[in-house]
Amino acid sequence: MKILSQIGIVLGICLVAELIAEILPVAFPASVISMILLFVLLLLRVIKPQHIKEKSSFLQQNMAFFFIPAGVGIMSQYEFIKNSILPLLIICILTTLITFAVTAITAGLIIKLQEKLKQIGR
Amino acid sequence: MKDLFQSPLFGIVLCIVCFEVGLWVNKKLKTPLANPLLIAIAMVIIILNVFHIPLEDFQQGGDVISLFLAPATAVLALSIYSQLEVLKKNFLPALVGCTVGSLASMFSAFWLCQLFQLDDSLVQAMIPKSVTTPIAMGISEQHGGLVPVTVAAVIVTGILGAIAAPWLVKLFHVKNKAAAGLAIGTCSHAVGTSKALQMGEIEGAMSSIAMGFSGIITVILSLFY
Repeated sequence: MKILSQIGIVLGICLVAELIAEILPVAFPASVISMILLFVLLLLRVIKPQHIKEKSSFLQQNMAFFFIPAGVGIMSQYEFIKNSILPLLIICILTTLITFAVTAITAGLIIKLQEKLKQIGR
Repeated sequence: MKDLFQSPLFGIVLCIVCFEVGLWVNKKLKTPLANPLLIAIAMVIIILNVFHIPLEDFQQGGDVISLFLAPATAVLALSIYSQLEVLKKNFLPALVGCTVGSLASMFSAFWLCQLFQLDDSLVQAMIPKSVTTPIAMGISEQHGGLVPVTVAAVIVTGILGAIAAPWLVKLFHVKNKAAAGLAIGTCSHAVGTSKALQMGEIEGAMSSIAMGFSGIITVILSLFY
């Protein structure tokens, strides 16, 4: 499907998501809402993968690029963090490590448990 | 000449050029430390400072690029959808893994901040650092955290996760691809997911799911303190 239509579809969903975000009582980001919305639409087969394939590939393959301005924006926060840069960096590194490990191990254990239960069930 | 910098085109072209340089360096050096995103950000910051270009001028173009973050997040739904079978099989591990992971992230941030005797506004800013920026900002603000610190922490965390993802998978012997994806998405949200997508379809899909799950879970958990 033509690129313009694909862009229109995806951006249209984002627009609707922004609307939903405003209505919701909790402060939930529109970007995650648009992800859920698109997923539901795909499940209901209202939208088919080929309707958005090229646009999605482009966004996914270049995803890191879209974070550049956000990263550069840290510049404006320099004043706030310059006194604690080292502890904050250490905390970021350690918590990322811990979070990764905990999640990987927990998920891995449950997956193994599921497989064992399946085998017992046979 | 000064007006040139205020054109959105300036910011956009600058980002593209720096990102291309980052990609080239990454190809040449082949180490995950030479992360294109990190290089691009560093280059832009250096250029802006060396030439005394105000951040607001750059943001004219930067904001246009950031516009695409929402659709970039939205189309993660497609990668999840294309891995529907994997999702169904791993729904419970995803739910439990993300919950435990989110708890670990919040608690470890809290305790480490206490260890370094950081100010309370910094503590509250750091607690939600593993989830995607808009959610983290919201939680931080609600609890009196310094929002700019939260934004910085989220971005640094994301980039750290993206850089270290393959290495972390090896370090913790994560054999299952779904578990790997979940771990990446939980600890480093969207930026990490961009790396997970490169590692594989399953990793990418599960990372996207983890991003969504841990975001929601962290919001719910944040209501309790």
